[in-house]
Amino acid sequence: MARNFKPSIVSANDLHIGDVVYMNSGGGWTRKLAEAAIAHTAEEGETLMARAAPQQAKVVGPYLADVALDDDGRPFPTHFRERFRTRGPSTRPDLGKQSANPERREPLAASGGI
Amino acid sequence: MYRYDEFDHDYVRARVSEFRDQTQRRIDGALTEDEYKPLRLQNGLYLQLHAYMLRVAIPYGTLNSRQMRTLAMIAERWDEGYGHFTTRQNIQYNWTRLTDVGDILDALADVEMHAIQTSGNCIRNVTADHFAGAAADEIEDPRPTAELIRQWSTAHPEFAFLPRKFKVAVTGSPNDRAVTKAHDIGLRMLRNAAGEAGYEVIVGGGLGRTPMIGKVIRDFLPKDDLLPYLEAILRVYNLHGRRDNKYKARIKILVHETGIEDMRAQVEAEFERQMHEEGGPLVAPDPVQVARIESYFAPPAFEVLPDRSETLEVAMANDAALKTWVENNTSDHRASGHAIVTVAIKGTGEAPGDATTAQMRVLATLGERYSHDELRISHEQNVILPHVRKDDLPAIFSALRKAGLASANAGLITDIIACPGLDYCALATARSIPVAQDLSRRFAAPERAAAIGNFTIKISGCINACGHHHVGHVGILGLEKSGIENYQITLGGDHTETMAVGERAGPGISAEEVGPAIERLVDAYLDTRVDETERFIDTYRRIGAEPFRQALYAA
Amino acid sequence: MPIITDTGFAPDDDLALLCLDDLTDSTGQAALDLPLDADPDAVPRHFDRLTHIVIPFPGFADGRGFSLARRLRALGYRGRLRAAGHLIPDQYAFARFCGFDEVQISSEQADRQAESQWTIHTRALPPFLRRRTGGWTQPAT
Ligand code: HEM
Ligand code: SF4
Repeated sequence: MARNFKPSIVSANDLHIGDVVYMNSGGGWTRKLAEAAIAHTAEEGETLMARAAPQQAKVVGPYLADVALDDDGRPFPTHFRERFRTRGPSTRPDLGKQSANPERREPLAASGGI
Repeated sequence: MYRYDEFDHDYVRARVSEFRDQTQRRIDGALTEDEYKPLRLQNGLYLQLHAYMLRVAIPYGTLNSRQMRTLAMIAERWDEGYGHFTTRQNIQYNWTRLTDVGDILDALADVEMHAIQTSGNCIRNVTADHFAGAAADEIEDPRPTAELIRQWSTAHPEFAFLPRKFKVAVTGSPNDRAVTKAHDIGLRMLRNAAGEAGYEVIVGGGLGRTPMIGKVIRDFLPKDDLLPYLEAILRVYNLHGRRDNKYKARIKILVHETGIEDMRAQVEAEFERQMHEEGGPLVAPDPVQVARIESYFAPPAFEVLPDRSETLEVAMANDAALKTWVENNTSDHRASGHAIVTVAIKGTGEAPGDATTAQMRVLATLGERYSHDELRISHEQNVILPHVRKDDLPAIFSALRKAGLASANAGLITDIIACPGLDYCALATARSIPVAQDLSRRFAAPERAAAIGNFTIKISGCINACGHHHVGHVGILGLEKSGIENYQITLGGDHTETMAVGERAGPGISAEEVGPAIERLVDAYLDTRVDETERFIDTYRRIGAEPFRQALYAA
Repeated sequence: MPIITDTGFAPDDDLALLCLDDLTDSTGQAALDLPLDADPDAVPRHFDRLTHIVIPFPGFADGRGFSLARRLRALGYRGRLRAAGHLIPDQYAFARFCGFDEVQISSEQADRQAESQWTIHTRALPPFLRRRTGGWTQPAT
């Protein structure tokens, strides 16, 4: 099995905003695929998933997604579904991660309670 | 229009605070994601690919201008300036934040709206004919029935955790604009030989993975028996519907596996049991409440007008675009001198059903000024102005034109239904909006679209069939094949009272091939039809699929 | 495995449960464990000897128990009805409306979902039933 393992990252959605996030090497979460921790073996994949499991208070639905690596070793998505998740709707280039100001969806410090 | 009483008000507010509390418990860890998910879904909140999506109910598709303005305000304040009108008479906001949802729900409650039971395995937002109370061909307004069902089904303690979602649609007209045969329960209002009002009850229709046309379970159900009878169907379904496989959990599969005869016997037995329950059925009709609901749907005071409007005739003689729009986008109203306007949310190259904040505000103003403060959402993802004077049509057209809403294509080939597909939806296997946009550009020329006539294209981004592809004259289903998007074409579907499920034309084709293939198909139709009155679906029924299959795959 | 009623948590009462096949015309007072796929019409002849009927909830999303309870109440059962297994606090009011008197959950769940989450009476209650009765009345017992 291990031989067939493709480089993978852990992706999920942020509990509060719903935004796509990736696990980084510190076990925390980043919105940038470039900063995602990459698992090169099935065991590394399991380790990342094990770190994600208890983080229900931060994220929803963590899963392993295949990536390929560019010449600099940076991950990029192989499946078109994941490609859309790194960008946003193909019909609205002004929205989502691909937009000029993706950080506008960060929770406002002042937004208060639920 | 229905107005909330104290119980509705109390409930909707209580439900918002309950949702805030549920969300807080999810964040605190008292509720796991698995436990929280059905609760948020029953409040209309999904998690899509890029963000949370909130689906707001527009019960039986009817709303007033104030409510439309609130929908616009929500899009502006908490979303990205637009909303998506769906085939189930809901509006979806694609970019909501979990932490804002409580505030959005409160804003909705301010105008007697909610997002309750727009998702989840419960009885969903009840839909009805979008021309209700206005159509010339109507026997009876279906909305009092739909409202009664809304009240009965809201937080029904027994039916909040069904095997699967449950959708009910009501029509009061023999021309079925509510797709009743593709619902878990479809109700058609009619009168029996003695002239009493009642319903034909259809059960077990549905699209999705296994499309099925609903079957008649009761030819005539007296009006007063409606709720106990629905309760009986739901109880049989809740106890016996399959829970081992979510693809087989809809009532259509239970009806199919049990057989309609046996199903009918079980439902009738359950119904009888309730009718003989001590103290009468728990959901026996309450005549006071029924009368109260009905009074809210009394028709507005229509002005008495000659049926022919000289103002309109003169304006049309001077403006060909107006004339085309009137011909395509208005329907017969029951009151003389009036018309029903369909505002097609189908601009060339736009996403079907997407309306901006500014457009929603224009629609609100038009509804207020010209349509007795009423608007409707249709399952074709359009907005309806149900009660307008023909004299006012030129002014309405000119306002719509300024707002980019004057597409004269209602019922034509570019009046496409499309689900959100892979641009938003987490379940999608392919995109659907770009396919719709491409087709809308290819057939943008009004003369060509008019020459083609009535032609429905319906597009879904996966087998769940939210875009009704099975019942489009041409259906397009987006799938994945070896890591790329691939589209399967079905032919001959029909969503009306003569409902038919389309047949697969052949192997799937790539995204780039869809447009040219449909163009060839349309050319083949134009070449073979007897005359302009023969619609595509008629030609298809006359000569069969083969010539069209050849045209599709000619490249 | 605490038992929850309108007054809060109570310790497990370790009911001795019989199944339908164990019941005969000579059985004395008993508590019945009724599986979800049982035929409810086989139960009424034993109603008089039953102090409790316990209906399992294998998972909170499986709502069959609600209909089964309603059916038993409609058939005239007046003894105690217990929902046992996985229900969440948000379903407590629903369970009461359908005729249950009490809910039994796992200790793990009781640790996570404190008593106060079960007994709060601010839950949104079905408006249809409220409107009919002018207040929250419960059909059970
Ligand atoms: C974007 C999030 C959505 C999700 C996750 C979703 C999910 C689903 C699923 C799973 C089904 C299949 C149900 C079954 O066969 O048991 C379905 C069917 C359906 N959905 Fe959606 N849907 C979404 C959006 C929409 C939209 C935007 C519309 C309206 C345009 C819609 C209307 C329908 C309709 C009409 C059906 C088919 C009729 C039926 O058999 O129920 N859905 N949806
Ligand atoms: S048909 Fe599929 S892709 Fe389209 S909205 Fe429904 S679930 Fe999503």
